[in-house]
Amino acid sequence: MGLIIQSLPYLVMGAVQTLKITAVAVTLGCIFGLFAGMGRLSRRRLTSFLATCYVDFFRGTPLLVQIFIVYYGFPQLLNEVQQFLITHFGLPQLLQTTHIPVFVAATVSTSLNSGAYVAEIFRAGIQSIDRGQVEAARSLGMTEGQTMRYIVLPQAFKRVIPPLGNEFIAMLKDTSLLSVIGYVELTRQGQLISAATFKPLQVYFAVALIYLAMTFTISRLVDYLERRLRTGDHDRG
Amino acid sequence: MKPLRRLGLLLVVVLMFLLAGCGGASQEKGAATSGGTSSAGTSNPTKPKYTVALEATFAPFEFRDMKTGDFTGFDIDLIKAVGQVAGFDVEIKEMGFDGIITALQTNNVDLAISGISIDDERKKAVDFSMPYYQSGLVVAVKTDNNTIKGFDDLNGKKIAVQIGTTSAKEAKKIPGAKVTELDKVPDLFLELKNGGVDAVVNDLPVTAYYIQQGNKDIKIVGDVRAAEYYGIAVPKGKTEVLQKINEGLKTLKENGQYAEIYKKWFGQDPPSFLPGEPPQQKQ
Repeated sequence: MGLIIQSLPYLVMGAVQTLKITAVAVTLGCIFGLFAGMGRLSRRRLTSFLATCYVDFFRGTPLLVQIFIVYYGFPQLLNEVQQFLITHFGLPQLLQTTHIPVFVAATVSTSLNSGAYVAEIFRAGIQSIDRGQVEAARSLGMTEGQTMRYIVLPQAFKRVIPPLGNEFIAMLKDTSLLSVIGYVELTRQGQLISAATFKPLQVYFAVALIYLAMTFTISRLVDYLERRLRTGDHDRG
Repeated sequence: MKPLRRLGLLLVVVLMFLLAGCGGASQEKGAATSGGTSSAGTSNPTKPKYTVALEATFAPFEFRDMKTGDFTGFDIDLIKAVGQVAGFDVEIKEMGFDGIITALQTNNVDLAISGISIDDERKKAVDFSMPYYQSGLVVAVKTDNNTIKGFDDLNGKKIAVQIGTTSAKEAKKIPGAKVTELDKVPDLFLELKNGGVDAVVNDLPVTAYYIQQGNKDIKIVGDVRAAEYYGIAVPKGKTEVLQKINEGLKTLKENGQYAEIYKKWFGQDPPSFLPGEPPQQKQ
């Protein structure tokens, strides 16, 4: 117990980092996801093909591998491109280091991953809106863009709140993978403490409880939000 | 349109989260590790400052002190001492172990000291200093045991090893020995203390650290088997840094500071090994 009290400041710092990277990932993920989700519904062949490629890649490969590609792979790519330019085109060395800071790598990998999942959530949300709504809006003389903006998206947003909450919780747990590249979030703090004290059981159990407290709180918040948004609904009779 | 206004509120909250995230991005890990960077000696403008990569989950070489929050250990004391005699300041950058070689290759750090074994594969990617630590497998027995003096006396004896390690492989080669494979390092020594086995075969630094932690009823005997050497890694072509490190190590070896640091962390004098060329091994 004394050990847990002693390590609590570190664990709290780790939890803050975990929440931070999760919030960043899901927020950026929502932006990417909105574009990719609309892209998948686009009538333009190329747009929907590209959006589908993006979603399939990030949903079909492990997040851990994506993290490795960004953190270990990109510096190598940058390095080789730079060497190529220097040897073949006589360019001066532009970059002193091609290393990517851990936080940047963490942000890029998690938000791209989250974006793919959010894209599917949005796509399903948009498709779940009754065709009649669109037809009604169009017959009122709205353009396609207006229909999307004023009729479909507002209704779809309400429906995507619960799955978005789930995505937030899933991402929060998945950020523990960032410990492998040395991003000091909650799991990594656990590793550092456990290595110094040789007490893995107590340390990781405390880490697990903190994760639980966070996910539990968030799922309650999402439930509340869902209820609040529902009160404005009159179509339930 | 009421729900929409609420949605706007939600978006604002989320955006604030995002801003908070970006605000913290610039500090990266400094805040996260609290004392993630530390300098050796007094800063002085003519002294260069080298960034040192390490992975701090490897006691007693590098780990985070629970009380101060600073990184500490044998490697850290050594590199600071090298810096003092060779004239450079040290700034520690903690990262994942796999990232260390990459960080060196991309010139993101000046050097790395993190219990890195010198091997041919790594030599292709980075340059190594002279070896500064000899690791490998050693035999540990009870302090009052005078019959077992090393690997050669283990024939037919009962030995405890950690499951799935090089020690386990090595112990199974010993003729007639009864090998018990256990899960955790403390269990091995408990078994030895209780008289369940005659000897423990295990990694030198781990065994030495265990004895150092106040278990004086156990001692290390004989030579090191399957020796490997730890070196300080620098990016290829950074000859100036490499030279400074090697000269520093030499100075520490000669003035006895190396032995001092060794004793502080492992509770005993360095076993016939000092920084420099690895001694010829009799296998």
